[in-house]
Amino acid sequence: MMGEGELSSLHVDILQEVGNIGAAHAATALSELLGTPVRISVSSARRCTFDEVSEVAGGPDELIVGVFVRVTGDIGGNMLLLMSVDSANILLQTLLGSKIVSGDYDDMQLSALGEVGNILGGAYTSAIATLTSLRMSQSVPAVAVDMAGAILDAGILATSEVSDFAVLIDTSIMGGASNIDGHFFLLPDPSSTVPLLDALGC
Amino acid sequence: MTLSDYSEQVEVVCRIGIADGAVVSRPDRLRTSGLGSCVGLVMYDVLTGLSGMVHVMLPTAPADFAERLRVDGVKPQKYADSAVLWLVSELQNRGSTIRNLRAKMAGGAQMFASAGRSDVLRVGPRNVEAVETALTGCSIPLLAKDVGGTEGRTIEFDSQTQLLSVRTAKSGTFTI
Repeated sequence: MMGEGELSSLHVDILQEVGNIGAAHAATALSELLGTPVRISVSSARRCTFDEVSEVAGGPDELIVGVFVRVTGDIGGNMLLLMSVDSANILLQTLLGSKIVSGDYDDMQLSALGEVGNILGGAYTSAIATLTSLRMSQSVPAVAVDMAGAILDAGILATSEVSDFAVLIDTSIMGGASNIDGHFFLLPDPSSTVPLLDALGC
Repeated sequence: MTLSDYSEQVEVVCRIGIADGAVVSRPDRLRTSGLGSCVGLVMYDVLTGLSGMVHVMLPTAPADFAERLRVDGVKPQKYADSAVLWLVSELQNRGSTIRNLRAKMAGGAQMFASAGRSDVLRVGPRNVEAVETALTGCSIPLLAKDVGGTEGRTIEFDSQTQLLSVRTAKSGTFTI
């Protein structure tokens, strides 16, 4: 059991690759949804403190839009799609055709954002499921517009029960001409990191 | 001390991270950002102004807490029950007596309402209850709280005025 130990560099490489493959599928789905090219950065996988997780999203005070999806099955974890309010507005404009300036969304808009998280999350998990033949299912997406630190509380909760560190797989997503930028976080439960690595053959 | 004496003193804002805590004396301020289901608890000495803050993540310390504290240095500030005891002992070590201590708290929101059926995601209200129980156990009065709801909070405590400023993303800033 790896538990409190550091991730080896091989493990980091493999989790990064999982992030790349998952996010690549998610980016393809987003590109189809928006009708524009979407780029992703190389994923980073690391073991970081809880404070560092919110720093990645721009600091604990930063106002962001978060879509939370819980993954259950052979492995468990949390997926979070995080984006700036500006990016969410552009996304909604493209999807619903309505012009939005504030971060004050109605039910239809929140539901549309949740659906984006759902589609991207589905693409991500099905890519990992194909790769590993692990069985996974995902929860109904939940959407919140609030401070990054507050939104990420929900993402790191399962991990915090047993550890002071979270394994974070982070991929940046950028929407070609439309200036959408976001983060896709995968936070495997501490008890799932080892089974995930096992299923990937190491 | 005159007003000009105060203005010459440099006010320091001490930032508290997740599952962390600190104690400061006048005129310093304590701040913690982005509380979701977490609870920010302030405990202060009404006479000396000595003030402490913790950023609590979870309601109760695990059964093997004492062992883990010894072996791998798990933080007492992480759990509501152990965090209250930690704050009391830190303040006592610096000269406070329990009967001069008062508390204020904010946080314990439920960020994702639709996921509310899960016990794990109801952790906000459970954190609040655990802090209240632990304070009652130590006979420390809770003078003000802003808890629950679905909004995140950033809080700052002024050891000079002993007021807690609560900022939310959508409902503005107010003082308790």
